[in-house]
Amino acid sequence: MSLSVKHLLGIKELQPEDIQTIFRTADNFKQVLQRPIKKVPSLRDTTIANVFFENSTRTRISFELAEKRLSADVVNFSASGSSVSKGETLIDTVNNILAMKVDMVVMRHSASGAPWFLANHINASIINAGDGVNEHPTQALLDAFSMREKHGDLKGKRVTIIGDILHSRVALSNIFCLKKLGAEVTVSGPPTLIPKHIRDLGVNVEYNVKKALEWCEIANVLRIQLERQNKPLFSTLREYSLYYGVNKDMLDSIKKDITIMHPGPINRGVEINSDVADSKQSIILGQVENGVAIRMAVLYLLSGKRDLTD
Amino acid sequence: MKTLLDHKQLNITLQRLAHQLIENHLSFKDTAIIGIQPRGVFLSDRIAQLVKDITKQEHIDYGKLDITFYRDDLRSNEIHVPKSTDVEFSIEGRNVILIDDVLHTGRTIRSAMDALIDFGRPSSVELLVLVDRRFSRELPVQPDYVGHTVDTIITQKVKVYWKEQDKKDEVVLID
Repeated sequence: MSLSVKHLLGIKELQPEDIQTIFRTADNFKQVLQRPIKKVPSLRDTTIANVFFENSTRTRISFELAEKRLSADVVNFSASGSSVSKGETLIDTVNNILAMKVDMVVMRHSASGAPWFLANHINASIINAGDGVNEHPTQALLDAFSMREKHGDLKGKRVTIIGDILHSRVALSNIFCLKKLGAEVTVSGPPTLIPKHIRDLGVNVEYNVKKALEWCEIANVLRIQLERQNKPLFSTLREYSLYYGVNKDMLDSIKKDITIMHPGPINRGVEINSDVADSKQSIILGQVENGVAIRMAVLYLLSGKRDLTD
Repeated sequence: MKTLLDHKQLNITLQRLAHQLIENHLSFKDTAIIGIQPRGVFLSDRIAQLVKDITKQEHIDYGKLDITFYRDDLRSNEIHVPKSTDVEFSIEGRNVILIDDVLHTGRTIRSAMDALIDFGRPSSVELLVLVDRRFSRELPVQPDYVGHTVDTIITQKVKVYWKEQDKKDEVVLID
């Protein structure tokens, strides 16, 4: 029982069975994380490089913890303060890291598709930790894993994704993942932040956030990615918050107990209010906890794909 | 293919193993039984039930241990998706009886001891197996309780069938 892929580049390339295999393995790692000794020796012969060309707190710490809990050796690399600023190319940078006998690469990059490019040029297994506005597969896996934990099998479950769908790799990976697991998906937010042909992915579009919330059982609220918006797409953050922010009054007016999720980092008072983010309905910190177990599962399952002879 | 133990012989052997455990551990107050996933659990289920029946106790500490993450052949075999580990009691200072169906190279038991130690420090660990393939060990591991001993060569296989999963109770040697 192993994955059908050598790399984890995107959810798009995974089979539904792959996702279930990752979930079943993560169930076990979650148990391991609740023991007094939260560590297993599975990857003690593996060296992993975390190569981050873009800022990150959660994902990076989560990956590093997952690697250490599996007993792997870890090296960290971030673009600032590296030779990248001296003009080194991506392939050169990574090949230099691999020359030091590294087996797997976890990479975040601001260019969409960068991990695919790399996968064609190097031998090591690559795990995409977010590429531009394209995919963030481990986030989608941990989101779906958290939903499954709370709601059981996701087949037929209704999930709404609210916010900056246009610039969000989390949204795209979530859509692929949820559709593969048989869930129904609606995206919601201002028309300027919803891609024109998003319906082609088999999702519904509902511009009215309240209606979108009334429809769903689970709402995944996304951050407004101001750093990726180089032209004004809505007038002010205050206006966005007023029309598209999720607050307690809105949730109370809906006669349903919707599960609230957010991949972080949260902009409190913009896309989500504190009274929602910190409420009982929110499983935001549960998502972070599950992140380590999911990443352990992915690393563990991909490490078996490694060829010892090369 | 040769039958090593048929249904009737297997039951007698299980009875004997349970009695041997009770002989050494009496009330089972300081003792816990732990079966190794996946195939050792069928055996440990039976043994735990027999011990309860014979000693007329409602409860003994009984857990299951998955050793997938502790294996030393992650790279050479197909990767395994683990079964559940469920050890709901403290093993600190207890006598632990590890149970597996077939003892061959000893590597599974090595992994199991590593996995076990991550739950605490037992005061002693014993090993019970249904079939001991002696002379095929790669590590210095010896069982304390043995159902049946066979001399085998590496190409042969010992297979234990359980009613719960395989619709029959039988131990066979396959050439």
